[in-house]
Amino acid sequence: MAQDFINLLADLKEEEVLALTKKRIASKEDPLKIMEDARKGMEIVGKRFAGGEYFLPELVFSGELLTQVTNIVKPHLTGSGAKVKKIGKVVIGTVAGDIHDIGLNIVEFMLDVNGYEVTNLGVDVPVQKFVDAMKETKAPVLGLSGFLTPAFDAMKETVEALEKAGLRKNMKIMIGGGQMDDEVRKYAKADAFGKDAMAAVTLTNGWYGVK
Amino acid sequence: MEKAWAELSWEQKREERYKRWLSPPGIKFANPQAEKAYKERATRFYKAFTKQVPDRVPCMLPTGFYAASYAGTNLGTAMYDYDEMKRAWRKLLHDFADADTYVPPALVPPGRSLEAIDYKLYKWPGHGLSKNTLSYQAVEGEWMKPDEYDALIRDPSDFWLRTYLPRVFGAFKAFSTLSPWTTFEEIPSTGFLPFGNPEVQAGFNAIMKAGSESLKWIMAVGEVAAEAMAMGFPGIMSGLAKAPFDTLGDTLRGTQGVMMDMFQRPQKIHEAMERIAPIAIKGALDTVANAAAPVIVMPLHKGADSFMSIKQYETFYWPTFRKVVMALVNEGVIPILFAEGSYNKRLDIIGDFPKGSVVWFFDQTDIFEAKKKIGDKLCIMGNVPTSLIMTGTPQQVKEHCRKLIEVCGKGGGYVLSGGANVDEGSPENLRAMMAAVKEYGVYK
Repeated sequence: MAQDFINLLADLKEEEVLALTKKRIASKEDPLKIMEDARKGMEIVGKRFAGGEYFLPELVFSGELLTQVTNIVKPHLTGSGAKVKKIGKVVIGTVAGDIHDIGLNIVEFMLDVNGYEVTNLGVDVPVQKFVDAMKETKAPVLGLSGFLTPAFDAMKETVEALEKAGLRKNMKIMIGGGQMDDEVRKYAKADAFGKDAMAAVTLTNGWYGVK
Repeated sequence: MEKAWAELSWEQKREERYKRWLSPPGIKFANPQAEKAYKERATRFYKAFTKQVPDRVPCMLPTGFYAASYAGTNLGTAMYDYDEMKRAWRKLLHDFADADTYVPPALVPPGRSLEAIDYKLYKWPGHGLSKNTLSYQAVEGEWMKPDEYDALIRDPSDFWLRTYLPRVFGAFKAFSTLSPWTTFEEIPSTGFLPFGNPEVQAGFNAIMKAGSESLKWIMAVGEVAAEAMAMGFPGIMSGLAKAPFDTLGDTLRGTQGVMMDMFQRPQKIHEAMERIAPIAIKGALDTVANAAAPVIVMPLHKGADSFMSIKQYETFYWPTFRKVVMALVNEGVIPILFAEGSYNKRLDIIGDFPKGSVVWFFDQTDIFEAKKKIGDKLCIMGNVPTSLIMTGTPQQVKEHCRKLIEVCGKGGGYVLSGGANVDEGSPENLRAMMAAVKEYGVYK
């Protein structure tokens, strides 16, 4: 049943996966086991996205399926349960003056299914909020997202503020999104530019020493 | 006359529109040289667009809102202070007198009109974004609910008026209480009642206010646009149209919403797009009828490489998009198809248009590959990277342009431009683009 469930979720079979979730709950299976299987299903979705088999619509829809599965399972979860061990922390956000979040959310999804604990600060994030979040989380990796050209300067200002706060040397900064490229990376003095969400994972893995 | 038009081929219709572009009604040129320059420039673009060989590669500088920062003001100010808007856009016009075309401030929206109706689909500088932000930005949202497809399909205008607009125009909130206007039949009695509601009346007052403000705005925009034409600069974009999938994905359901619908209610998407397509076509043709240049730009959003698979593109995006494009082509209009993001994986299908009928304008697509795949048949346009123009040196920009001109310009059918609009940066980098077409782009 578990393997079916994982495959149905990965194959985005809405009706079947929800029916099976209800069935597993009814047969008193451990809800944590179901959630763990859901995570495995999402991991496959992430792999298929990375492999070019799935695209944004599949990611969006898998997210919706996960929400629906979670809604069915949640009332049956007791206690905190064992948390999945994460590789490490990453902070991401769209820089000040830019309210685009589609790319940002894909990056969050991909980092998450690849084992990272992601703090997503959302859009139009003021410089100070990035500084505070980096202090608070002590994450060694920061991802700056931006869609439009004004983000060039906002990224530069964010990196400068982190320098001023004495935090810059302890972290790697990657940028991506819309009109960003390696020219902008140089301009903003970030460490790396990633052209898509898979690149964000590869870069983060590299910095964490994950193969 | 009507009948004669209907009997013309699409190329003949386009030729008629071209003649009108060359001698735009109501424009008085500053002097004979200006008129001559105007005709030369319009011809240069027309030939390139229609995949012929012009005198040299034309260039459309990616100025967008650049005039604002260039003149030391900003978009937020220009949206409210039309004198400042005129000053900035006129400065750019006069300082770049060797350009091939000019983009008037028609895309700088009147801020007070947007405020009057309490517009929620966009944020703009000073209104949801900080005052010095360089652009306005769309707010992603589910402006149409998943169960509302049938209402949209049954009567799009009614859906707009009583469901969609009350959500994006805060001032129209009470319009959701109106009955469909089609209920006015025979002698009305109770039909007027909802219009007595003070909140409904406030909505009408708000849009009247937006209208009055827009009249002031269009006077300012028109003044600059007419001056540019009189000086000899043809405009090359008369209006915008959208792919039906983008109307659903940007305007109505939002990116997230439309992508869910691809799985949960694909048939509804198709029905809705079929309903939207004729509306998009009619809107574009009406715009062109009142403009000089027979050119409509279609900014394409949710069909880019990173948004969907090629199969999804062919299933959901392409058919109704092509239908809109072909309807414009058949009426003698030249559509510029602006592929935002990248279209590298679409190159094998997007050439499916009659020779010389449309222009593909690329943002980040590999344009050399595009030249190989569709460049024999269709005009291509683009794509100096925005980042290079904003952060590079004039030499780097000019060198990049040289490569583009040499490869893409071969055999005609190429327009040099940016990948996207540049909102600030060194004017020397824009001058480098003009220098490049003059130095490397002349056809012998």
